[in-house]
Amino acid sequence: MNNPANIPAQSCRDAPVLKQRGQREVFCGLTGIIWLHRKMQDAFFLVVGSRTCAHLLQSAAGVMIFAEPRFGTAILEEGDLAGMADAHDELDREVARLLARRPDIKQLFLVGSCPSEVIKLDLGRAAERLTVQHAPHVRVLNYSGSGIETTFTQGEDACLASMVPVLPVTDARELLLVGALPDVVEDQAVKLLTEMGIGPIRVLPAPRSAQMPGVGDNTVYALLQPFLSDTASALDRRGARMIGAPFPFGEEGTTAWLRAIADEFGVDNDTFERVTAAPRARARKAVAAAAETLSGKTIFFFPDSQLEIPLARFLTRECGMEAIEIGQPYIHKGIVGPDLDLIPAGPTISEGQDVDLQLDRARAARPDLTVCGLGLANPLEAEGLTTKWAIELVFTPVHFYEQAGDLAALFARPLRRKAILNHEVAAE
Amino acid sequence: MKLTVWTYEGPPHVGAMRVATAMTGLHYVLHAPQGDTYADLLFTMIERRNHRPPVSYTTFEGRDLGADTAGIFKKTCQDAYERFKPQAIIVGASCTAELIQDDPGGLAETMDIPVPVIALELPSYQRKENFGTDETFYQIVKALARPMDRTPEVTCNILGPLALGFRHRDDIEEIKALLWEMGIGVNVVAPFGATPMDLTTLGRAHFNVAMYPEHCETACRHLVKVCDQPFTKVIPIGVGATHDFVAEVARIAGVAPKKDLSRLRQPWWSASVDSTYLTGKRVFLFGDATHVAAAARVARDEMGFEVVGIGCYNREFARPIRALALEFGLEALITDDYLEVEEAIAAAVPEMILGTQMERHIGKRLGIPCAVISAPVHVQDFPARYSPQMGWEGANVIFDTWIHPLVMGLEEHLLHMFRDDFEFHDEAGPSHHGGHAPVAMAAAGGQPPVSEADSPRDILEAEKQGTGSDVMVWLADAEKELKKIPFFVRGKAKRNTESFAAEKGLHEISVDTLYEAKAHYAR
Repeated sequence: MNNPANIPAQSCRDAPVLKQRGQREVFCGLTGIIWLHRKMQDAFFLVVGSRTCAHLLQSAAGVMIFAEPRFGTAILEEGDLAGMADAHDELDREVARLLARRPDIKQLFLVGSCPSEVIKLDLGRAAERLTVQHAPHVRVLNYSGSGIETTFTQGEDACLASMVPVLPVTDARELLLVGALPDVVEDQAVKLLTEMGIGPIRVLPAPRSAQMPGVGDNTVYALLQPFLSDTASALDRRGARMIGAPFPFGEEGTTAWLRAIADEFGVDNDTFERVTAAPRARARKAVAAAAETLSGKTIFFFPDSQLEIPLARFLTRECGMEAIEIGQPYIHKGIVGPDLDLIPAGPTISEGQDVDLQLDRARAARPDLTVCGLGLANPLEAEGLTTKWAIELVFTPVHFYEQAGDLAALFARPLRRKAILNHEVAAE
Repeated sequence: MKLTVWTYEGPPHVGAMRVATAMTGLHYVLHAPQGDTYADLLFTMIERRNHRPPVSYTTFEGRDLGADTAGIFKKTCQDAYERFKPQAIIVGASCTAELIQDDPGGLAETMDIPVPVIALELPSYQRKENFGTDETFYQIVKALARPMDRTPEVTCNILGPLALGFRHRDDIEEIKALLWEMGIGVNVVAPFGATPMDLTTLGRAHFNVAMYPEHCETACRHLVKVCDQPFTKVIPIGVGATHDFVAEVARIAGVAPKKDLSRLRQPWWSASVDSTYLTGKRVFLFGDATHVAAAARVARDEMGFEVVGIGCYNREFARPIRALALEFGLEALITDDYLEVEEAIAAAVPEMILGTQMERHIGKRLGIPCAVISAPVHVQDFPARYSPQMGWEGANVIFDTWIHPLVMGLEEHLLHMFRDDFEFHDEAGPSHHGGHAPVAMAAAGGQPPVSEADSPRDILEAEKQGTGSDVMVWLADAEKELKKIPFFVRGKAKRNTESFAAEKGLHEISVDTLYEAKAHYAR
């Protein structure tokens, strides 16, 4: 860690970053398939990997969606490891079978895994070959969700980035919203922006491949999630331009995000106020209810969903919490910079993880609330800490004004629960 | 390459984790990429464990591959020893680390770790989770157990129970109680709750109880050789099997087969008239071989069910399950393909499924009640209350668990009588399951309801239905009559009628055919 000079940091953007290298207690990027396959309704995600990959998807998702999923794992077997040519033949055969069974599939993602990368199975080449074989009906793309390249939400980034090069070209001046959000939330965002007279608005990923947006020099885009840095770079390469802003969590974040887009499109103040005043007031009211529980409490973030910095901004500034440590799997200041700007210096900002050392810090700090993955939550509860599992933040609608209160409530609930449970024996 | 949607078993290193997590004082250093740590949540969430599994992952990244992954392994191993001070360490690789061939066992040997380090070879691309449990436990036992003087009194070890097992926690207590009745002491229970130090004293016991052969058979065979300890073969699930188990233990230990049946209620519960309705209920069994084999006997002999399907997902036990199925006049279904199991269940049209959490979902889709009898497990399979499967109390628990999903006896009759009542009709489902009516099966009888038209199963079903309706035509009146039959017997009625018609060479089914078939199959 660099020893900071004697100039005190004003915000967390300038704060030194604690980087440690050790065991990382995070999911790999395959996990993103769990929400992506529901968002893209004519897409199938075929992981080329091992039994572990299949087990991960099932364990992370199994209890949540035991319906017929639009994902599967082509499990590599002993024979596939021996000869690469055979592995490609096998893959072609499995894909042909799959597509014959699922004529509704228009986009197929070949998803690379740790084993497929280690044996250097070229899924890019396979995707090109299969696109030709199954044209024009199905387009085959590939990306890596492997643990050696990606963490948890980074899988969505890799997936969306793989789609950017094949998006059609357009010269139209359009706003592109980037990130897979629940429809209800996406609709709210589109409605607010439309009411300000902004449009046309396109979304990546679109629910169906036929509706995929175009991209070109006149495209401006806004990210909906802080983990989409590769997708942003890919869009930049296509000539599009990013509208940087804090992320739309909470009243303040949503307003700042909308404001940045409104400014880009020359929306006047009166219009902005007219459209946002009512939902802003609702959001403030809803957040205030949960903030009663959260105010003055300390919070410690283990790195997990990559939402940690924007959420810390929301919880410290709108809910009155005090952050002790904000850990994120990786920090891309070009993306989360505007959020870091708003967090006053003070908390430790950490990138990456040595989980044992970080647990030591959490135990020493005894935060009122610890945000962490499912593997750590119950053990920390058993040690007397109160926890919030991070995965829920990815699976619950939490963006924009109407969800601001729900987002605050997610953090307040564990604290309220701890307060109401009473297992003490009455004094004798 | 094999396309898989859902799996019954995880990879073998997850099996090793189940052994390590069940024990105390043992640490597992696993060479694995970031992401493989997902397995921790199986234990902390599904089983609600209040400790992290004792596993240190190397979590190497792409950029480490060209560099020094072996160095990362050694550092992880050293740090784990210093932080956790275990009595013994097991080391191994997950699927990805297996490919980079760092040889964790060899690396650990070169280090100066002052406790036993046991290397695991678990071939991820050939074997699965249950191989991992059995092999890991065997390697630990092989490394630590030695022949030694027997305890003066008769004692045994209880082997096999581990983390994430189906009711293992409570089965142990039942086994201890059965042994206690006979005056047999328990030397070591393992892996569940044992330390590596405990395992060094395995040799003191006079014999071993093998609770779950899929997790401990290799270790038991090893102990026969090195410690001259025989092991039990009977799995005491169900009343008959528990009697047999007591007899087997008495014979091995040379003691009287004493038992206390004062808490055993299952035989009377099953004999009492309210249970008459259970007679001949058609059940389909699928799960791990141990539980399926035990359940088959309970279903036939103690519940009076008709077993219409038997199968298991662990291929290692294919042979005994095939033999068992033959005894029931069936062909065993040995597969780990969830879609194949669903197809077999849909074809057999059972009135109840006894399966795993996977079959519970199949049941939900097909509108067939299901009780869970085996791993793979779910958070619901770890009840707060005492809920064993083995021993006398286990038999009681099984009786309750199995009849719970069914419509109760008298209710069945009332549904027949008042089936047109707008509230009390058969589609409303069992009255004790408020708001959870089974999916309407309509005229399709036992066929699964067609939901998402785009799912592969539905496409397969459509083909099947196509050929089916070509051969057999239900006349309108007969179809109407069929709908009057309550849902829980409609599938059977449809199937019986169709096979009766086929036997008679009929191509059309009339109301008369329906009732002739009913008379034909009357019992």
